[in-house]
Amino acid sequence: MAPPSGNPTTLSEADRAYLASLAPQAASPYHALNPLTKAAIATIATLAAFVLGGYVAPLAILTVLVIPGAVAAGVLTRLTRVAVLISVPISISVALVSVFTRAGATVLFTVGPFDATAEGVDFAGQIIVRLFVTAMALGLFGLTTEPRAFVVDLERRGLSPRVAFAAAATLETIPLMVERALAIQAAQRARGLDTEGSLAARIGGVMPLVGPVILSSLTEVEERSLALEVRAFGRPGRRDQLWTLADDGRQRLLRWALLVGFILVLVGRVAGALPALP
Amino acid sequence: MLELDAVSYRYPGYARQVLADVSLAIGSGEIVGLVGRNESGKSTLCLVASGLAPVSVGGVLAGEVRIDGTATAGLRPFELASRVGLVFQNPNTQRSGVTATVFEEVALGPVNLGLPVAETVERTHWALRTLRIEALADRDPARLSGGQAQLVAIASILAMRPPHLVLDEPTAQLDPEGTRLVGEALQALAGTGAALLVAEHKTDLLDRLCSRVVALDGGRVAMDGPAAIVLADPALEQLGVERPARHRIAGEVAAAGLVLPGAIA
Repeated sequence: MAPPSGNPTTLSEADRAYLASLAPQAASPYHALNPLTKAAIATIATLAAFVLGGYVAPLAILTVLVIPGAVAAGVLTRLTRVAVLISVPISISVALVSVFTRAGATVLFTVGPFDATAEGVDFAGQIIVRLFVTAMALGLFGLTTEPRAFVVDLERRGLSPRVAFAAAATLETIPLMVERALAIQAAQRARGLDTEGSLAARIGGVMPLVGPVILSSLTEVEERSLALEVRAFGRPGRRDQLWTLADDGRQRLLRWALLVGFILVLVGRVAGALPALP
Repeated sequence: MLELDAVSYRYPGYARQVLADVSLAIGSGEIVGLVGRNESGKSTLCLVASGLAPVSVGGVLAGEVRIDGTATAGLRPFELASRVGLVFQNPNTQRSGVTATVFEEVALGPVNLGLPVAETVERTHWALRTLRIEALADRDPARLSGGQAQLVAIASILAMRPPHLVLDEPTAQLDPEGTRLVGEALQALAGTGAALLVAEHKTDLLDRLCSRVVALDGGRVAMDGPAAIVLADPALEQLGVERPARHRIAGEVAAAGLVLPGAIA
């Protein structure tokens, strides 16, 4: 079948409808927000929580910027579970380090040479609240935004496709590596590698898989990079995307308001004009 | 025209030359088959002929590779992509990873070329239709069989309509029907004036497709001539290449001293 000649300039109605169907389908009004708006909410919520500190301000940010979005998206329960799973391991480390190493006048109890101080508990509590707000804010973005939607939108705004691809490929790589590790593990088990039994036996069984998984992943990265080159991935200049995502004046206004608000908070904190909340 | 002029090549970090003094010219509309045992240099020749080695891969190239008279050495990868297409052997590493459907995957190349959406869509439909994989258009590219994924990888390059095409074992994972479809698509492309280089172990396909066949041995050209002559030559088997069935059968029949009515030529 010979390639058709000529350059079509118009899309048929059927093609228009088909391309529209390729865009990620929004499960809720929050899902339907432009990815940049959702990214702005997540970023500003995270930064503001860290800049303001204390307990009240981060929890207020969580209440105002994150929870309404999670409720609107219908993901509050799942998001909370994900945020707890992400923040608990880090929080334990923070608590152990802060409670026992932060100097303070009020000693709550002593463990060996370490004093647990009220100041350390307070410091750990503040960090943990900020970590939780961060996990909730970024988790809401992740649960309501498809990577390809973010990539397409960033490209439309002129971001290099390489940067956009790096962001999407990073998200893609983790399940691919897990898949490959399972395949290599199955192949090694078929040859008698023992990956069952005690923890020590399991660790011993998994260690021989680490090298092949990492090496094959690196080889694959090189091949994928070449395959993208032959598809003109590195060509500079604009691209006409198959579908675009809605954006409007209200969302633009919201993004600017978030940015300006954050700058004011930052300047206020640096200048000492904003009182520290508990 | 795709030309290699006294080309030698070695990969970065290696002292051994993988290609040595290879000269080859593929004219417009010509399909040249490339055969040889594993590690004879076929895949490397594909990378060099497409310009990716050394432009993207690195390494040291002696001699010159030209595409329609322009040396590849001075071109950037995306400039090469609009002049010559390259299909790799492994379909999984050719998947972009940033698309949710086969349609978007095939359209990615034309989008990257900066084409208007109407043209991208028209090319994508054509590439899917040519390889008879329209039914896969809405499927997730990450969830295809090896053969389906390879057809999608080939369609992704066809949709870019490169003037010339290099294919490294494009049918390695395909069944006979898929192999036949790829053969038809390549013939159609050659019919538009494209120069095609096809590295393959399936000599029956090359027998149907190619006007010329080049055999590599240790990175050097061991045989180069009309397909009917090279593929019929028993010396091909000493290079680790199985001849097409019709030549093997004809050889066996002749060796047995038999003459069949209407014998296979």
